[in-house]
Amino acid sequence: MSKATYLRAEIVRTFRNRRFLLFSLGFPLVLFLAVGGANKDRSLSGIGFALYYMSGMVAWGSMVAIVSSGARISTERQTGWTRQLRITPLRTRTYFTAKIVCGYLLALLTIVVLYVAGLFLDVHLRVSEWATMTGLVLVGLVPFAVLGVLLGHLVKPDSLGPAVGGITSLFALLGGAWGPLGSSRVLTDAAKCLPSFWLVQSAKVVLHGPAWPPAEEWVVLAVWTLALGRLAVLVYQRDTARV
Amino acid sequence: MLSGLRKSYGPIEAVRGVDLAIAPGETVALLGPNGAGKSTTIDLMLGLARPDAGSVSLFGLAPADAVASGLVGGMLQTGSLVEHLSVRELVAVVASLYPDPLPVDEVLDTTGAAAYADQQTTKLSGGQTQRVRFALALVANPDLLVLDEPTAALDVEARRDFWATMRGVASGGKTIVFATHYLEEADAYADRVVLLVRGQVVADGPATEIKARVGGRTIRATLPSIDLAEVCTLPGVVTADRRGDAIVLSCSNSDAALRALLEDFPAARDIEVRGAGLEEAFLEFVTDGRGVPAP
Repeated sequence: MSKATYLRAEIVRTFRNRRFLLFSLGFPLVLFLAVGGANKDRSLSGIGFALYYMSGMVAWGSMVAIVSSGARISTERQTGWTRQLRITPLRTRTYFTAKIVCGYLLALLTIVVLYVAGLFLDVHLRVSEWATMTGLVLVGLVPFAVLGVLLGHLVKPDSLGPAVGGITSLFALLGGAWGPLGSSRVLTDAAKCLPSFWLVQSAKVVLHGPAWPPAEEWVVLAVWTLALGRLAVLVYQRDTARV
Repeated sequence: MLSGLRKSYGPIEAVRGVDLAIAPGETVALLGPNGAGKSTTIDLMLGLARPDAGSVSLFGLAPADAVASGLVGGMLQTGSLVEHLSVRELVAVVASLYPDPLPVDEVLDTTGAAAYADQQTTKLSGGQTQRVRFALALVANPDLLVLDEPTAALDVEARRDFWATMRGVASGGKTIVFATHYLEEADAYADRVVLLVRGQVVADGPATEIKARVGGRTIRATLPSIDLAEVCTLPGVVTADRRGDAIVLSCSNSDAALRALLEDFPAARDIEVRGAGLEEAFLEFVTDGRGVPAP
């Protein structure tokens, strides 16, 4: 009962934050419409450019949405709100779950907005392909949900922008969300160790055969999730013991 | 119930062995200057910080368990409200976290926040924010209400309003612990005053008792051209000072001193007898560190 009310309030707060929504949804959409629209008759890596670019933007946009949702914990820590919550019966787990659920809702909204834009740019996929792509992207976001919570405890609000922007850009670039990495073997192999590589590939699932994704993806996602999760727990403990 | 509580931050010993037992229904003021360890003591009470030594027990439970059971409501010294909710929504969300909350509208009325219940939390003045924060503590309907300098940011009028509200709450039988460095607040609103200086309890008792411990009353009278040494020898007088035409006598027994004064110096007029305010009591402890053993 209490959990539902709390969760609903968190969701209401997320979606009342117009500026946050505008930037979070707006950037990938504008980029997609501009770049994807201008090149929509070309093709890249064997698929239409619009589809290629849409999947890149889906990966990047949803990643930014979920990381910045978690990172907003930083502001609540600075204003003392988390301390206020710690003297209520609200459980820590519920607090973090609500943050992650909000991040996922925002990511899902970003994805849907990009899909709709994709339809306008003549991206055509079967229903099963849309569904598989969405499902795999949502799973691929798990390590980034944890990354957001971690950044929310590591970074002060005044450096949140550059930190979230910089880190997600780096992940997006190296993961290939903004275009192919080139032909360097070393770089391509290294990229396969990044969760963003698999996130981008998940968004491009129509390119792959039925045997995709390989076990390698699950290993990379699991390792990143566990490692970031462990760090987040350590940072949380340090934070709550000190203050 | 706090016992042998200690907490250091780096080289700073914020709390150096605090022992306190608080009975249900008491209103207790933690009084002390800035840096006395009031906020640290409250953090330890609420489980926001872990003691280096000693223990805290609230209703027989560890602080975290008492908080989780909804027995405790708190208002911390600093903290703003979260954005993108109206006052009513925010109070309702916090109420929903507790097993036995008060009705939201009732709390909004009690705290005077009803007038701006539908405003966004970010659009409030300092005094309004403080009332909402108080509402968040109150809506929990806790057995123990802990307030850390609840009026620190308020002007005189808002402070008076706040305490008028508190008085109503205290008469409801709740245990209340509040920290303050306003001496008159501790004096006026607490049954019991715990004086904290440099991380230690230097006095603990009813406000009147603390005043008595620091030397009773002063007599002030207009009495020009007499020798101070003469009045100094009156019974019950500890020290005598001259302020222009007036003399000020600090007394251990003001009744005896006053009788003798009137008898020996019939010229004395404009006589005032005042109890030493908590202010004086406080300054005495703070300036000479009396009662504080060397670290």
